[in-house]
Amino acid sequence: MSDSVSEKVIEIIAEQALLEPSEVALDQSLEDLGVDSLGLVEAIFAIEETFDIQVPFNANEPEKSDFDISSVSAIIAAVTALIAEQAA
Amino acid sequence: MRRVVITGAGTINALGASVPETMIAMQEGRNGIGPLEIRDVERLSIRIGGQVRGFVPEDHFNRQQLALYDRFTQFTLMAANEALAQSGLEFSGALAAEAGVVLGTAGGGLNTWDENYRMVYEEGKNRVHPFVVPKLMNNAAASHVSMTHNLKGPTFTVATACASSNHAMGQAFQLVRSGASRVMLAGGSEAMLTFGGVKAWEGLRVMSKDACRPFSANRNGMVQGEGAAVFVLEDYEHARARGAEILAEISGFSMTSDAADIVMPSRQGASRAISGALKDARMSTAEVGYINAHGTGTAANDKTECAVVSDVFGADADRLMISSTKSMHGHVIGGTGAIELIACLMALRDGIIAPTINYEEPDPECALDVVPNTAREAKVSAVLSNAFAFGGLNAVLALRAV
Repeated sequence: MSDSVSEKVIEIIAEQALLEPSEVALDQSLEDLGVDSLGLVEAIFAIEETFDIQVPFNANEPEKSDFDISSVSAIIAAVTALIAEQAA
Repeated sequence: MRRVVITGAGTINALGASVPETMIAMQEGRNGIGPLEIRDVERLSIRIGGQVRGFVPEDHFNRQQLALYDRFTQFTLMAANEALAQSGLEFSGALAAEAGVVLGTAGGGLNTWDENYRMVYEEGKNRVHPFVVPKLMNNAAASHVSMTHNLKGPTFTVATACASSNHAMGQAFQLVRSGASRVMLAGGSEAMLTFGGVKAWEGLRVMSKDACRPFSANRNGMVQGEGAAVFVLEDYEHARARGAEILAEISGFSMTSDAADIVMPSRQGASRAISGALKDARMSTAEVGYINAHGTGTAANDKTECAVVSDVFGADADRLMISSTKSMHGHVIGGTGAIELIACLMALRDGIIAPTINYEEPDPECALDVVPNTAREAKVSAVLSNAFAFGGLNAVLALRAV
């Protein structure tokens, strides 16, 4: 499960960054990848639709959100946690 | 060029069903934002808004009229009636032929779209009421004001998202200033607090779930409102000749485009609009006592707006008051600049500055005098009203006391 989550999250981020999934490294931030605030909101929408989860995210205070977006691996971890939490 | 004055004002919004009611609410720093009472609210994650409450359309319009008037048109007609009654103007002959209506709205008849989509998509009906199109069209409100009051001159609707009504008032101002018309009605209206309207805004993730706190460090987004405001713009000599009461003078207007990003505001675009309005009005930064801010309560707008005001005003920014009445009536999108102009009239006429309510924590990036929480008495002779829309479209009005 977690491998497929990570693959799908990377695909979603890669699409917003206009890159191939293979070009996205886990330790990169969205800023490194050139994803702006609008791209981030689109990526979160795609994550919600793909995994059928609610992501707690307010664009006005991204740093205060429980959803960690500091790097690709952080996003994968956060999505994995939300899937587990919201399936429960 | 002719001088342009305001000789009538009308409104309905979350703070009141008239200009006096709205001004009293602004003086009290009253919060017009509360739980939304709309259909399917339980399917929304944003459940607050500045709704117009206690308004019963049937008390004001007959059945035939209601078949043609979306909520945004109803709001507009209420505001226009109040404004025209105050002005004392009636239209016939040559004056009727040149007087017109310029109104702003972003969404037009959204309640009509919402209700009818629901019927055909959700309920599977295959027939809609014959007046759906004339009811939902963005120019419906302007046309009904024109028909109701016999205004036969330039009449149209401007849609520039959150700057719509400032653009509309600016257009009307230019028509009167150029001599094309002695009288124009101008303002704006929005009735976007429908399930679809709020759901669309939810998607952007810029809405607050609890309150609109412009300039406060703990702000977490905008809150939508609804309503309308309409003003009578009149050639100064015409107004004087008939002994009309003059509420304020519109001295300048400027509009710019950021040409940068579809949602993120830019300093250069906003800065050029503010400087442009000052220049158009031949107004110095020292003359301006108050700015009615765009002040949406989003992270992006408020810090950009404060930075721009500091840049343009320099040392004069320190003695300037700047407040966002959106904290009280919500962001009325295409009608917001018009409703906010009421705070400008109150500042110029009554010497009362409307506060920014819900102000809780200072933000070093918004280090201006935002008139926190409590209205203030202050004599000001000149004011600005800012509107900076999605799409990067900016419109700023400059007004003086007369």
